[in-house]
Amino acid sequence: MRRVAMNGVFELAKRDERVVFIGSDLGAGTMAEFREEFPDRFFMEGVAEANIIGMAAGLAMDGMIPYINTIATFLTRRCYEQVAVDLCLHNLPVRLIATGGGMVYAPLGPTHLAIEDMAIMRALPNMTVVAPADAPEAGRLMEATLDMPGPVYIRLAKGGDPVVSRDEDGFEIGKAISLAEPGEVLFISIGVMVHRCLAAAQTLADQGIKAGVLNVHTLKPLDEEFILTQVRGARLVVTVEEHTLMGGLGSAVADTLVRHIGPGMPQLVTLGIPDVFPEKYGSQDDLLELYGLQPHQIADAVTKTLGQNAA
Amino acid sequence: MSTAQLLVNPAPVVVSPPLDERSLHLRRSCVAAMESAGRGHLSSALSLIELVRVLYDDVMRFRPTEPRWADRDRCILSKGHGCLGLFAVLADKGFFPESEMLTYCGRDSMLGGHPEWGKVPGVEASTGALGHGLAIGIGMANAARIQARDSRVFVITGDGEINEGSIWEGAMAASKHGLDNLTVLVDRNKLQSYGATSEVQDLEPLADKWRSFGFHCEDVDGHDMDDLRQALGAVPREPGKPTALICHTVKGKGIAHIEHDATWHHKSRISEDEVAALYKALEQ
Repeated sequence: MRRVAMNGVFELAKRDERVVFIGSDLGAGTMAEFREEFPDRFFMEGVAEANIIGMAAGLAMDGMIPYINTIATFLTRRCYEQVAVDLCLHNLPVRLIATGGGMVYAPLGPTHLAIEDMAIMRALPNMTVVAPADAPEAGRLMEATLDMPGPVYIRLAKGGDPVVSRDEDGFEIGKAISLAEPGEVLFISIGVMVHRCLAAAQTLADQGIKAGVLNVHTLKPLDEEFILTQVRGARLVVTVEEHTLMGGLGSAVADTLVRHIGPGMPQLVTLGIPDVFPEKYGSQDDLLELYGLQPHQIADAVTKTLGQNAA
Repeated sequence: MSTAQLLVNPAPVVVSPPLDERSLHLRRSCVAAMESAGRGHLSSALSLIELVRVLYDDVMRFRPTEPRWADRDRCILSKGHGCLGLFAVLADKGFFPESEMLTYCGRDSMLGGHPEWGKVPGVEASTGALGHGLAIGIGMANAARIQARDSRVFVITGDGEINEGSIWEGAMAASKHGLDNLTVLVDRNKLQSYGATSEVQDLEPLADKWRSFGFHCEDVDGHDMDDLRQALGAVPREPGKPTALICHTVKGKGIAHIEHDATWHHKSRISEDEVAALYKALEQ
């Protein structure tokens, strides 16, 4: 996914001389081609995220379109005031490409886990927040970023995730995509949890429960209109995210349902990471299992809820 | 050390030439804004009046009627709380009518307690959160290089402000890129909000710090127009190096009874008598 996104930046830079790339202290050889072809638009600025964000703001004020890449935690928590003031207050076209969103860096421990990144980015006025489901969707997303007027936060996963997005669905920032038509259940998901929801929907289908899957790749602005159309007829709506339950997709969907439907809204279950710093290591899959976010656990949460309702 | 000692700058004071009528006029404009709002960071503005004045009178290239003219030089007031000084000069230069100064901090005013990009013609960045301006200036200086413009960038920081680590991240970056189109002016008034910079977070040896970060660095009298003209007119002094000018100034400069007094860093609910005293002190 990251390779596709980075290559997307290179392709954009070939077409548009406003595009610049800024990295912090990325792996040796990262973007070597870009550096060779456009040395004056390539910056590797060291472990200095505050300066990187401010510098990107200055470049953008003078007409450039900076794409910044570093690890998600350091692109959000470390330089939050610079993101808020330099990018969002000025509403500048700077793109933050966050590597290792969610629990990708599980073996590296909690300093490297970005579990609240989307919540804190979403809280900032003017910020767009996107998390593609797979590598091809990341590619479509990069194309869509070029002429976005304000800042965009792009949460990437580790890569190698099953491809579930479809070319024919196209891609528009702020427009959710239905990957399976809703039944009595509707999954609303984002990022690499989308393919897990599709797998859970298959498990449920085998049990005779029809579940739809909505890929909300853009958390902000949330495609409220389509979500409200999709939830119509569903008895149970389940949000699934690799993110804290405070302020992410579940919160955003809950807000939408309460504000626009209120009494009579479908039952809502929000699945995600509880209000903790993960204490375990292992792999991303291990931690997702720990928090009940693997397909079989998602399916179980649905059958359990439906069973409780029936009882 | 007692609190009273802390609040008064103990550092040796530079003996500058007397302020001329233009410098006094700009200060009266700041006081008028302060009077109408009843508040403001007056003394933080008064220390940097001559820095801004020299930049706009003698050094920078700009068009007041076309504030976003691409080939202009840029001045970023990183210590945004000193904005009254910048506003007074921008108004004087015709970026906006001087009458706007009297709306300062009003609900519908474009002039708030910190300068805002996109609201105030001539303001190059929204600042106020400290430690942001240098990085933005580095971005602009790099943009000028990419776009083959000969624009120069001037960043005015406070001395308290450079406690921020982001300033030193920026210093490393400016030097790495050899940005000789970038000049940092440190408003070295030697007082920050709580008291003397030497007590709160000592900066010395400050010139050595900038030099060790790869800057050409000089000390100048920040209220001496000739000294400032000479220093700023000559930048870059060393091709391939950014410049830092440590501008020795006096917090509250020009109003004797508030000079060197940290309690004047920010004032609200200022009384009529206090305002009268400010004006009186500027009668020369």
